[in-house]
Amino acid sequence: MAEAHEMSSHPVIHIERLYKEYATDAGPVPVLKDVAVTVMPGEFIAIMGPSGSGKSTFMNILGCLDAASSGIYLLNGRDVNAQSRDELAHLRNQVIGFVFQGFNLLHRASLEDNVALPLIYSGIPRAERLVRANEMLEKVGLGNYHRSRPNQISGGQQQRVAIARALVNRPKLILADEPTGNLDTHTSQEIMALFTELNERDGITVVLVTHESDIAAYARRLVRLSDGRIVYDGPVAHAAPAHLEATS
Amino acid sequence: MIGAMLGEAWMAMGANRLRTILTMLGMVIGVGAVILMLAVGQGAQQQVQASIASMGSNLFIILSGSTTSGGARMGGGAAPTLTVADAQAIEELPSVLAVAPSSPGTAQLVYGPNNWSTQIIGTTPSYLAVRDWRLSAGFPFTDSDIRSATRVALLGQTVVNNLFGDDDPVGKTIRIKNSPYVILGVLAAKGQSLDGRDQDDTVLVPVTTAQRKLFGTQFAGTVRFISAQAASSEAMPSVEKSINELLHQRHRIREGAENDFSVRNLTAMANTAAETAQVMSLMLGAIASISLLVGGIGIMNIMLVSVTERTREIGIRMAIGARGKDILLQFLLEAIIISVIGCMIGVALGVGGAFAVNKASGMAVLVTMSSIITAFVVAATVGIFFGWYPARKASLLRPIDALRFQ
Repeated sequence: MAEAHEMSSHPVIHIERLYKEYATDAGPVPVLKDVAVTVMPGEFIAIMGPSGSGKSTFMNILGCLDAASSGIYLLNGRDVNAQSRDELAHLRNQVIGFVFQGFNLLHRASLEDNVALPLIYSGIPRAERLVRANEMLEKVGLGNYHRSRPNQISGGQQQRVAIARALVNRPKLILADEPTGNLDTHTSQEIMALFTELNERDGITVVLVTHESDIAAYARRLVRLSDGRIVYDGPVAHAAPAHLEATS
Repeated sequence: MIGAMLGEAWMAMGANRLRTILTMLGMVIGVGAVILMLAVGQGAQQQVQASIASMGSNLFIILSGSTTSGGARMGGGAAPTLTVADAQAIEELPSVLAVAPSSPGTAQLVYGPNNWSTQIIGTTPSYLAVRDWRLSAGFPFTDSDIRSATRVALLGQTVVNNLFGDDDPVGKTIRIKNSPYVILGVLAAKGQSLDGRDQDDTVLVPVTTAQRKLFGTQFAGTVRFISAQAASSEAMPSVEKSINELLHQRHRIREGAENDFSVRNLTAMANTAAETAQVMSLMLGAIASISLLVGGIGIMNIMLVSVTERTREIGIRMAIGARGKDILLQFLLEAIIISVIGCMIGVALGVGGAFAVNKASGMAVLVTMSSIITAFVVAATVGIFFGWYPARKASLLRPIDALRFQ
């Protein structure tokens, strides 16, 4: 993990003039237009915007799951557009931890196997995989559930497992796409408290997409997208009132 | 890495147990059928080959021709036209290794309280060489026994079993047609001939003894048939030709007249039988292979369904760092595990089935290591071949498409 030793003053994410368009029968449809953003290590950023504003597409590009049509994207100092498929897989494995709205756990596997899954693709031996997986389950408060299956625990607990999985490879960056979208208010607060703790205590950079401003309020910086463009990038405190977002 | 991937593949298979078992069943039946059919085919082939080997190699049988007696034709071998002298003349021909005149008949054998009726062949010591027949005990009779027509005999194993049981017959005296014969030796067991006769149910005596003392004949010195062995299979056509010419001359047969003898190439007939058995073996194997192929297609079918069904899982794995080759390996391993485990069960069933067939019908079966290894290699190849396309398809999915798949 050479990336981990690079100077922390380098941005984790550096994006310039990023465009993304989808080819449709009616011709190309632009989704992201001239997006530029730089994220420094240790930041906690919320990305907001109405449906169709391009925030999910942006998140997928950030996560190296989808490629931009043009523009510059440096992840941890590396030019993402120049990476091969295998190198992108390596970046997703080593640098990024994903948390999805739908948890995306493997239902057949036990919780510890779910959490250990990224370590398989890092080539870590089974014994160490299980030790680290259980450490992470402990960290998210599910230490006693390691042999359970995802369908035996609640949604909030599943999302904790997903977070444990995202953390198990000690990523620099956590990307969370509507992590509380399927959870009730109380559980959402617990999950957000966990993200805050990871950000403040472990210094992990967190980027999350949400359309709820009380969730976004946990972040320190807000990026607002509208119609594929960044219309606001600044502290959360100065963001638009919540009722504008609730309609999205 | 492979270990972890094996674990992942195993888990996926366990999650869909019924489907895995059904897919495996295709391989089990395919491999089982191949093993069983090969066992039956090779068993038959081996039996034929053993019979051919027991017959002696590069063998000719010269039979005397038919004769007509009062308007009734007597059939081949009835005419008293072949003699011991003919046999001696044939032995002088180039490329002829050994020649044995034979004068067969049937008689009752008596030893103590036991008696047994069997075929008795009057012949010369060369008969053992021609038929490639060894003795399991004692010594053969010699040319001096031939000259003086002594009452000595060599017994086949079946005869020994019936007359002597477990006793050693060598040196004992039996009675044939009320005359005493000393047992010089016992012929090694040969088993069944190509047409199913028990070759061990026979007694050899000197040809002269058979002619003069045992059976008698109207025509002194004649024999029913002569066996001749050529030096090599390449020499057989020329030997056949020269035997024909020689006997033609010796029997003073006029140009255009019917021969009073016939020369049969036993080895050519045996080879035809061997080829037939081999073709049968191949056919059985080929038919069984089709079921193996169908089993392979079953694997491909299920793997394709599995890839589609698990697209989202593939997306999740890719999102957390699985490379295309990791996904490829996982699905390929799954196909290989299914085919190899199916193959192992199939081998067990095929071998068990072969023994069951052998027990139930007495049909000869032969399970060779090479057929098991072949089945394994073919099964693994089928797994790789038919698993490759679905696995490749899975590995080429774009992470975002796979993740969004519902």
